[in-house]
Amino acid sequence: MRHDVTCVSLEALVGEVAKIKVQGYRFVTLSCVERDEDTFDIFYHFDKNLMLKHFKLSVSKGVPVPSLSPVYFAAFLVENEIQDLFGIAFEKLAFDYERTFYLDEEVRATPFCRFTVAKAARNE
Amino acid sequence: MLKTIIPFGPQHPVLPEPLHLKLTVEDEIITDVFPALGFVHRGLENLVNIRDFQQMIQVIERVCGICSMLHAMCFCQGIEEMMGVEVPPRAKFLRIIWSELHRMQSHLLWLGLFADSFGFESLFMQFWKIREKLLDINEATTGNRVIISVNVIGGVRRDLSGEQLRSMLSDISWIEDEMGLLETTLLSDYTVKKRTVGKGVLSKEKAFELGVVGPTARASGIAQDMRMLGYSALGQLDFEPVVGTDGDCYARSKVRFQEVRQSINLVRQAIAKIPEGEIRIKIKGRPAGETVTRVEQPRGELFYYIKANGSKNLERLRIRTPTFANIPALLSILPGMWLSDVPVVVLSIDPCISCTER
Repeated sequence: MRHDVTCVSLEALVGEVAKIKVQGYRFVTLSCVERDEDTFDIFYHFDKNLMLKHFKLSVSKGVPVPSLSPVYFAAFLVENEIQDLFGIAFEKLAFDYERTFYLDEEVRATPFCRFTVAKAARNE
Repeated sequence: MLKTIIPFGPQHPVLPEPLHLKLTVEDEIITDVFPALGFVHRGLENLVNIRDFQQMIQVIERVCGICSMLHAMCFCQGIEEMMGVEVPPRAKFLRIIWSELHRMQSHLLWLGLFADSFGFESLFMQFWKIREKLLDINEATTGNRVIISVNVIGGVRRDLSGEQLRSMLSDISWIEDEMGLLETTLLSDYTVKKRTVGKGVLSKEKAFELGVVGPTARASGIAQDMRMLGYSALGQLDFEPVVGTDGDCYARSKVRFQEVRQSINLVRQAIAKIPEGEIRIKIKGRPAGETVTRVEQPRGELFYYIKANGSKNLERLRIRTPTFANIPALLSILPGMWLSDVPVVVLSIDPCISCTER
């Protein structure tokens, strides 16, 4: 990506985001990508004076991710969306829809993951 | 005081699309708001697994009809950046002309719906009468009234003749005159001001903290408009964002009203400066890599993240629409308001649920 991308660890994520909030960055959104069978990449996008800054967090499937909503309240919407579509659990969400933001309660699949079905079959 | 929970939507006379707000009220004063979405979620982003990157333009245009042109332009910009494609100068100007016409018809649609939200039906019809002229222009120049489908990767599908450009200039002059006739009614009428001034106030600090975008942010004093990035031909046109100060419903309507005039000005500039030449270049190969791209949609910043691996299908497409960014603002401005003001305040952020639930 021809943009300013910084890799962050799970432990450092909230602290780093809090720092750039103090610097005057606006929260734009998150983008989640299923990198492979075991890993997600989550991009955190911020803007200051029309310049974008991105954090990249690589996280194993099944590992909960700290929510940004205590720092940027607006993050709760997109985190709930990712929780629904990719099955990533976010901790300390301001509003946790518990995977019913877009999906019905009975849905257990993660519709945006390519490897869900294969993985379920292997575990059986 | 006893608390009552009132469901607002998903079907409500003021809402063109389904949005549900769970309003907690005490004596008709809102004390808490909880939003619910998901009534029309379509999972369009995931269609990248089925449609190839060129076919995806048709899907993208259907994320939202009202701002379809800007969705497609944003997507094409992203793919063009990844593929290193330089769009012909004339195509860049044509994109700006159609995108600003799109902004005008979207704002006029909103101005009508906003008038409808406080029961001013004749004003609603007057704004939509003006909007019809823009749809006529779309039809005459592209063959379609709303989803105009002009963007392709590498340029635009259609050209505009000199006669069409002259006719467009004449039509937008008529629109400007008609807007002038409605200015006093929208911005100075006693009843309209009673329903909009001081309602749903969003301070500049709060708007920034909540990541609010578009006219909603600008009405709160944030001079942020993606057109300042100078995408397409905008870098060659004079542009200053319209900014308000009060952050209330009145300020939001005033910003959008003035942005219609600003779009008229941009179309005139683009027509005056449009160069001759090709409108489309042939592309070779397939996109690879990842990028983010942004344009200013009528409701605010439109953000696309695109990841491709050189195959015909994109690996990931992520769309962040402006309404998605503006919903948290509703949760901030509604508490403390009278229940009767909720329709006006909700409409004031110009919610587009088909965008939000792409």
